[in-house]
Formats: sequence, C-alpha cells, structure tokens
Amino acid sequence: MKIYDGKYILIGLLVFVGLATFPIWFDHGKAVAPADPSLNTPVIAGMMVKHCILPKDQMITEHMKLLNVWRTEVVRYGKRVYVAPNGEKYEMSLETECFRCHSNKAEFCDRCHNFAGLDKASDPYCFSCHVVPSEKKPGAVAMVGKESK
Amino acid sequence: MEKSRRDFLKIGGICALGLSSLDVADAFAKKRVTEFLTNPKAGTAKRWAMAIDVKKCWNEGNEGCTECILACDLAHNIPDIPVKRQEVKWIWNEKYENAFPGQEESMEPKEVKDKPFMVLCNHCLHAPCVRVCPTQATFKDPDGITMMDFHRCIGCRYCMAACPYGARSFNWRDPRPYVKKINPDFPTRDRGVVEKCDFCVERLAIGKIPACVEACKSKALIFGDLDDPESELRKALASRFSIQRKPELGTMPGVYYLI
Repeated sequence: MKIYDGKYILIGLLVFVGLATFPIWFDHGKAVAPADPSLNTPVIAGMMVKHCILPKDQMITEHMKLLNVWRTEVVRYGKRVYVAPNGEKYEMSLETECFRCHSNKAEFCDRCHNFAGLDKASDPYCFSCHVVPSEKKPGAVAMVGKESK
Repeated sequence: MEKSRRDFLKIGGICALGLSSLDVADAFAKKRVTEFLTNPKAGTAKRWAMAIDVKKCWNEGNEGCTECILACDLAHNIPDIPVKRQEVKWIWNEKYENAFPGQEESMEPKEVKDKPFMVLCNHCLHAPCVRVCPTQATFKDPDGITMMDFHRCIGCRYCMAACPYGARSFNWRDPRPYVKKINPDFPTRDRGVVEKCDFCVERLAIGKIPACVEACKSKALIFGDLDDPESELRKALASRFSIQRKPELGTMPGVYYLI
C-alpha cells in the first residue's frame, strides 16, 4: 500500500501521539506527595477523643456539602445550631466552629485543596470573605508550625 | 409459557408493591434526621423595628457623636473607602432635607435643619429591594428583617435602584484592605456584592441587641418588636409623635423618628 507523503504523515502522527499522551508519560512512575493535611493544632491536641462533626471519611468527601447546608440554614432560616448524628451540638459557623479546631488553614484546608488541583483561581472562595484565623492574630499559624517541628 | 391477563395484573401489582416498599424501608432505616435548632437565648419578635429619639441623640450626645456608626463598622467589618461614590454605609447621618425630602417646608426650627438624622435600612414591610432581586439574595425574614444573603448576590444592583432610602452599598472593589480592624466573627464581603444593615441578625441570634443600639450612650436608639404592644419600642411610639422616611411610598418602613 502506498501512502502519498507517507513519511510526513507518519512523522506528524508520531509527534501528535507523543504530545497528546504527554501528561501520561511525563508523570509516569513519579510518586506524588500525599496531601497530608495537618491536625496539629492546640485545640485538637487537647481533645480526649479526636473527632470531627461527622466521621472522618464523610468530612473528607462531604464537608463542602455540609457547609452549603449550614449556609442555607443560618442565612435563610435563621437556624444556627447543628445537631450532629451523634447528638452533639455545633454552632453553624466557619469562623467560630470550624476554625476553632482547625486553626491552621495553610496546613489543613490549603494542603488538600492544592492537592486536589484547586489552584488560586478556582480556590474555594470561602476565604475571600470569611476571616481566616491567621488574620485574627498575626503569627498564630507560625506558632503552630513551630510546635509541629 | 402463556400468561393470562389475570396473572399479568397480579405480577404487575406485586412489582408495584415491591418498588413502593423501598421508600417505606428507607424511612424506617433512618434512625434520626439531622436537626437544625435556634439558640435558646435568641431574641424573638414578629417584626423587629427601631425608633430613633432625635432629641436624645442631639441633646444628650456630644456634638458630632458617631458611636453608633463606629460600633456598626467594627461589628460588620465595614470598609472605610476614601472615594465618596464608592462608600459602604450601613448606618450614617443625613441632613433633614435629605433624609425627609418632600417633608421639608423651610420653616423648621434651625435645630432640625442643621442637626444630623441617623439613617439606616428601614427594613420595610413591603421592601422594594426584595421585590426586584432576581436571585432572592435579599429576602424578608419571618421576624421582619430584610436580610441579605451575600453568597447569592450577583451584584446586579437592582435593589440599589429600587431602595428609596439609599440604604444599600455596592462593593466596587475588594473591601478587605479598607477594613481598619477585622472582626473575626463576621465575614467581610467580596467585590461585586451589595450590602446593607441587617439589624444585627447575627447578634439577635445569640440574644444580644444591635451593636448601634448598644453603643449609643444617650439611649437614643430604641429597638424592639413592633407587633408587641408591651415592647419598649411600642411604648415609646405611643408616647411621642414620630415621623418616617418617605411614608407616601407605601413601603411601611420599620424605622421611626421620635420628634
């Protein structure tokens, strides 16, 4: 079988396949560092039984849904207290409840969000309005960082 | 295998029963549904409203007193933007002629003409801003507060055009750098979002009174339930003559001025 301009076409095809599969072979075999969100905050360290509002697995996959439900309940229905499935009560507030334990946004929230590929532009924009603890008292995050070393 | 019409209907019936039992089983399987409660300390009212005793404000307060404004700015992270037309205001003062246009008749006492009137969102019963909001980002709470859901605001500014009191401000730029001291318990806003007084709904929810009312040293701001004849507010309104801003528009404002 004769292909007209076969040489150029084949070279072109090879280049195309190489470029198209670039993301696959470029990262192949490289270990990706785990997100490793840090739970090393003074409040969590002081907890007898370490637990979040919902079981850990559920928090990992559903925290954004939970926050969305909280937002609706607080802003639109004026309900501000959440009763977790285990009966414990929580104030539905990112600032006073979530950040009470997770006072290390850079080592907790950001690590996972960055790992999941949420770059600056698509970062959950919660924090453009909701005040992050490090902004509360300058140096708070740095202090936690030192403790973990 | 031949099936009679009768058998077909029987099987069909059993299938339908089986399918519908799924929901019933689900309902029983759920031990408890998540609950959302209000704080037991939260203040309750049919309609929150305010009366501003202008005499107390002028006579007992110091000249140029802005305690209420400062308290509000601090509580709600309100930016101090130097460009006049980009200002963000929740409570501010206005001259009589601007606060009550159409009601001035040039013969008022000098005091009325010169002294400041505190103005804020009127939390109207028939709020024009709520009617025009295309996303229902602004809405009426069951307790009479005209609320803002900043998350849902798309910044179209219809509400600003609709509000006859100029009580709404638009964030033309990121307000964060202009907030002098950030209150960590209240969010700031994003660029492109409209904001206004919320009668301190977040403070009412934990049993406190609005920040401006608390801050006023001369107790010129009276806050309470307009539907409760025993409230301090209703007693004040019953004992003194009061006026409202632009009553002719039929918005039924919730802010009264005791003259």
